[in-house]
Amino acid sequence: MQKSLHIDPDKCTGCLQCELACSHVNEGVFNPAKSRIKVFNFHDQGRMVPYTCTQCDEAWCMQACPVDAITLDAETGAKVVSDALCVGCKVCTIACPFGTVNYNASTGKVIKCDLCGGDPECAKACPTAAITYVDANWTGLDRMRQWAAKTDAGAQAEA
Amino acid sequence: MQHVIVGAGPAGVVAAETLRKGDRAADIVLIGDEPEPPYSRMAIPYVLEGMIEQSGTYLRKAQGHYEDLGIQYRQGRAEALAAADGTLTLEGGEAVSYDRLLIATGATPLSPPVPGLDLPGVHNCWTLADCREIAALLGDDANVVLIGAGFIGCIIMEALAKRCGTLSVVEMEDRMVSRMMDATAGGMLERWCAAKDIRVLTSARVTAIEAAKGAGGDKAVVLDSGERLDAHLVVLAVGVAPNIGFLEGSGIRTDHGVLVNEHLESSAAGVFAAGDVAQGLDFSTGEYSVHAIQPTATEHGRIAALNMLGRRAHYKGSLNMNVLATVGLVSSSFGSWEGVAGGDSGVAVDEDAFKYLRLEFEGDHLVGALGLGLTDHVGVIRGLIQNRTALAEWKEKLLENPHRVMEAYVAHSQT
Ligand SMILES: Cc1cc2nc3c(=O)[nH]c(=O)nc-3n(C[C@H](O)[C@H](O)[C@H](O)COP(=O)(O)OP(=O)(O)OC[C@H]3O[C@@H](n4cnc5c(N)ncnc54)[C@H](O)[C@@H]3O)c2cc1C
Ligand code: SF4
Ligand code: SF4
Repeated sequence: MQKSLHIDPDKCTGCLQCELACSHVNEGVFNPAKSRIKVFNFHDQGRMVPYTCTQCDEAWCMQACPVDAITLDAETGAKVVSDALCVGCKVCTIACPFGTVNYNASTGKVIKCDLCGGDPECAKACPTAAITYVDANWTGLDRMRQWAAKTDAGAQAEA
Repeated sequence: MQHVIVGAGPAGVVAAETLRKGDRAADIVLIGDEPEPPYSRMAIPYVLEGMIEQSGTYLRKAQGHYEDLGIQYRQGRAEALAAADGTLTLEGGEAVSYDRLLIATGATPLSPPVPGLDLPGVHNCWTLADCREIAALLGDDANVVLIGAGFIGCIIMEALAKRCGTLSVVEMEDRMVSRMMDATAGGMLERWCAAKDIRVLTSARVTAIEAAKGAGGDKAVVLDSGERLDAHLVVLAVGVAPNIGFLEGSGIRTDHGVLVNEHLESSAAGVFAAGDVAQGLDFSTGEYSVHAIQPTATEHGRIAALNMLGRRAHYKGSLNMNVLATVGLVSSSFGSWEGVAGGDSGVAVDEDAFKYLRLEFEGDHLVGALGLGLTDHVGVIRGLIQNRTALAEWKEKLLENPHRVMEAYVAHSQT
């Protein structure tokens, strides 16, 4: 059973432990700007929303990459960027309609969530269980995926 | 079922893989006329820069990828098509028959109408063969003149600047990347290049390239102002045109490119087209345009293949969008960035920081955008445009501060 990140914004307090853990483990710095998960703060509603790649089925980023630098991790279902192959062309950053691949000017490569190989640091760091790593078929990601399906930049093929 | 694909660029390769995914038994033949494994021409600048080897441009990296998938990749150049009897004729006379055909032949660079293009050291930057020629002439002492500062010219500029002595850029239009940049962004880009010691001459026309041995090179690029730019290497990037020549007499309807419907099928049943060669539905305008960009090539390839498999997949049209770095300054443009009649625009500009964001709305929908110096979450602009998201109260917030675009997106996707 593949797992995915389950995000429950109602539980998020905005402590940014996820961003710190992510940037530390993946980029070697405690710097939210380098985190692959991002907490959005809607001040007017007093609402915090952690947001990252859903490892969507369409994988726009992977399809658009000209040099095969994004591949599917068969075990976790994550779409993973290879730093060795990425040329930093940024095509994936405009192809992903969810805005979850970012260009990192200091390395000249892009960064996106890779589920930390199946043991996501953000979920471990979250003190309120706003981010959990659970069986894919009952995650709240479904809601986002449904919304995502509407994006439909591509085809609506008959099943 | 015999599927034949002409042209082994991104559109052709994605189509071949999609066909295999959908039909384990079909015969799939991928025909390309370049003497290389299928590669991505958009990765060429990174070879010139020295970041990757030529093999780094290959579309698929696994050894035996095509054989393993049972995709027959072969060399050949299509010369004629008889759509009525389902035969493609290759150079040399060989006839290849098909049940379904995909035309994915891409485009060819245009030449500026000036004498001297046949001099040694004058090159397009379009194929790996061009790349090898250019690389051989680059070096710390090389004076390079780039003709054309459009989208592709600007991308190449970065690689050339890193590997040459002096670089001059000649552009006929009054600003750089005029087709994806307004005057504000174009001006900022020009200032940026000047600060990097690149001489950009806009509103300048080349009248000839002449052989002229001297200290600065072995030829001179002559401008309409009378100025002569000495050069060892001249690189041309003045635009491209779809490769439709071999379709003459086939009866297939063409305009600028091969005209295709929402199934990416041409006027001949069973013949499809994808990528730089296809003139398909434009998401923003509802008209038929050639969008010669990588994301369109791969989307076209996938959807054309689904239709070749008989699954009537509808394409909602391609969004004209681009992202590029001009000697380090990242710019992006999406859809109707020039705005639409009766629409509104939200603009944030910081000239000193080289940051600019312009959002264009129609009613409460985002329809286009242009950005400079932005690298975070740019993809949501595409998402909002192609979703036709009703922004409601967020439109006002975005008019006030366009940089909140990602927040607007998250607010809509999470509630
Ligand atoms: C230097 C450079 C930088 C670029 N940068 C970007 C970028 O940053 N972002 C972006 O979105 N796009 C970029 N592009 C454009 C992008 O590379 C193209 O849109 C893309 O390659 C189109 O793919 P395609 O499969 O339609 O055509 P192509 O990649 O051109 O492939 C078509 C293939 O068909 C072959 N062919 C042609 N005629 C025949 C025939 N009669 N018989 C057999 N084979 C034939 C061609 O030789 C070619 O190999 C760049 C292009 C260049 C050159
Ligand atoms: S980065 Fe975007 S396109 Fe790629 S898998 Fe994640 S959500 Fe999908
Ligand atoms: S930036 Fe890297 S991962 Fe993204 S499309 Fe380009 S090469 Fe692929």
